[in-house]
Amino acid sequence: MRKVNQRGWFFVLPVLVLVAFNALVPMMTVVNYSVQETFGNNQFFWHGLGWFQDILRSERFHAALGRQALFTFLILVIEVPLGVIIALSMPRKGFWVPVCLVTMALPMLIPWNVVGAMWNIFTLPDIGLLGYFLNHVVGIDYNMTRSPFAAWATIIAMDVWHWTSLVVLLCYAGLVSIPDAYYQAAKIDGASNWSVFRYIQLPKMKQVLTIAVLLRFMDSFNVYTEPFVLTGGGPGNSTTLLSIDLVKIALGQFDLGPAAAMSLIYFAITLFVSWLFYTLMTRNDTD
Amino acid sequence: MALELQAVTKRVGQVTHVKETSLVLEPGRFNVLLGETGSGKTSLIKLMAGLDRIASGRILMDGQDVTGMSPQKRNISLVHQFFVNYPHMTVFDNIASPLRVAGLPKSEIQGRVEAAADVLQLRPMLHRRPHELSGGQQQRTALARAIAKESTAVFLDEPLANLDYKLREELRDQLPELFAGRGAVVVYATSEPAEALMLGGRTALMQDGHVTQFGPTAEIYRHPNTLTSARVFSDPPINAARVTKKGSRVEMGHGLGWDVTGAAAGLRDGAYTVAIRPNYVLPTSPGAGAVPMTGTVQITELSGSESTAHFRLGSDTWVSLAPGVHPYRVGVDHRFYMDPAHCFYFAPDGALAA
Repeated sequence: MRKVNQRGWFFVLPVLVLVAFNALVPMMTVVNYSVQETFGNNQFFWHGLGWFQDILRSERFHAALGRQALFTFLILVIEVPLGVIIALSMPRKGFWVPVCLVTMALPMLIPWNVVGAMWNIFTLPDIGLLGYFLNHVVGIDYNMTRSPFAAWATIIAMDVWHWTSLVVLLCYAGLVSIPDAYYQAAKIDGASNWSVFRYIQLPKMKQVLTIAVLLRFMDSFNVYTEPFVLTGGGPGNSTTLLSIDLVKIALGQFDLGPAAAMSLIYFAITLFVSWLFYTLMTRNDTD
Repeated sequence: MALELQAVTKRVGQVTHVKETSLVLEPGRFNVLLGETGSGKTSLIKLMAGLDRIASGRILMDGQDVTGMSPQKRNISLVHQFFVNYPHMTVFDNIASPLRVAGLPKSEIQGRVEAAADVLQLRPMLHRRPHELSGGQQQRTALARAIAKESTAVFLDEPLANLDYKLREELRDQLPELFAGRGAVVVYATSEPAEALMLGGRTALMQDGHVTQFGPTAEIYRHPNTLTSARVFSDPPINAARVTKKGSRVEMGHGLGWDVTGAAAGLRDGAYTVAIRPNYVLPTSPGAGAVPMTGTVQITELSGSESTAHFRLGSDTWVSLAPGVHPYRVGVDHRFYMDPAHCFYFAPDGALAA
């Protein structure tokens, strides 16, 4: 008879416990809530897939999802090209490299809720630096507590300010890893700046760019703190993104069942789109 | 068509990378730049290619001053030690890229790429991408690009250094043939003396950013003009020792001495530095006149066909390179024989005396 060494299980145990506590157990709680109804007193009744059906048919959910999709779309469309352009224009050697890197990293070091509060004060129409400037010097009627457009412009500007650096730093890391020999070869061939970008820099940046797009997608799709602190979802519901709506349902209205069902749908969407991005961007990967 | 350097100098800040260098490089045979890592070979190539600006001096191509001209106008090619190809282009597109930039008609591009691919046996791989090729094939692609471009000057900066032994030999044998009859000035940088000898042509010995000697490869191997040149063009390192000449006798210390013959007999009495290549210091006597010396063996290397021994002689380390396999024992005294007929005598200022 073959003797199996059972001690191996002890080595796997810590990982199991860690994953269980940090992912599986909380997730199961949510799954548990999502299929039950409660009227308090800690009594629960089976509700099947009812909450899921309600959420998927709910206009409120559709609206929040639409706003979320628009927000993420704008973020990606602005931050990724902007990040690439900034990374390309940064010096690759010399005295200015650390200066640029530190300057770039600064916004990312600020806690998220502080960023929200900062931009809130920054844009106050009567005392905020930007708010006062726009209203009283430029003469535009800018008030994000009244105008949905102003509110959107502000949360987009804030996110671009806060997170473009991430794209810049990742792309920059890809750029500096390109040996000088490639640039020399291109120079000798007489390749244009565009060709250098298209055939040398972009292929070499592709992997980090994939990671940058994925991270920015996930973070912006799940964003909560900054827009919540800045606008609280207003004016009206105009900046109520998915996560903000979810918190309103779960903690504001204490509808645990619908909130749980919505979290799972939210999670599924994030997972699916991330998978889609990753598959599309690495489809023709040759390196 | 020749490439001419006139007192070319390059400085970065306070550091001089290339000291006043003048060379005339001609087409039709290999021009080898031989020197250790950091001796200025790559710096010099970058200057000739126009990738770096020179501090002073002039560079002429075919009599025309190209000193300030941009690299793409010079019609040159550069092959690096690393395999530099566009990663997302096929081999065909890689070879064709400089021709497309030059705006040649499609049919001519096709013809030139295929001709170059044939010469380098890349025909079956034309539609592959670089990452699907072996190192040797990638480097052949880079070479094919240089050939298809029909450049007036081709710079090969240690192109074989990253290839394995077999491939390196194979490609090295092909190289002179590849570029023969193309009318291009070929400059080949290497750190291996043996490689320079195998390629033939002319060699420029480089040390600390300047050329110490330039001439037909075999000739400067036989007649190094200075002790520095002799050191650059020797692997394993050349043996050197201080000697005193008095009359017909040379004394080296350690009780060693010999009677001078040949050209050295005509030298004035005084102090010299004697240098002798390791292959003339042997564990068996080559015949009459050989000087026996006993030293403690410190390191030995056997390569099957040759044996190398580093041995201690007083405070100096000497090297012997002998054919065959010799049973050296580390830490034990062995007897070696040095053939004084093959000694170079250098004056105290380093210049060859005899």
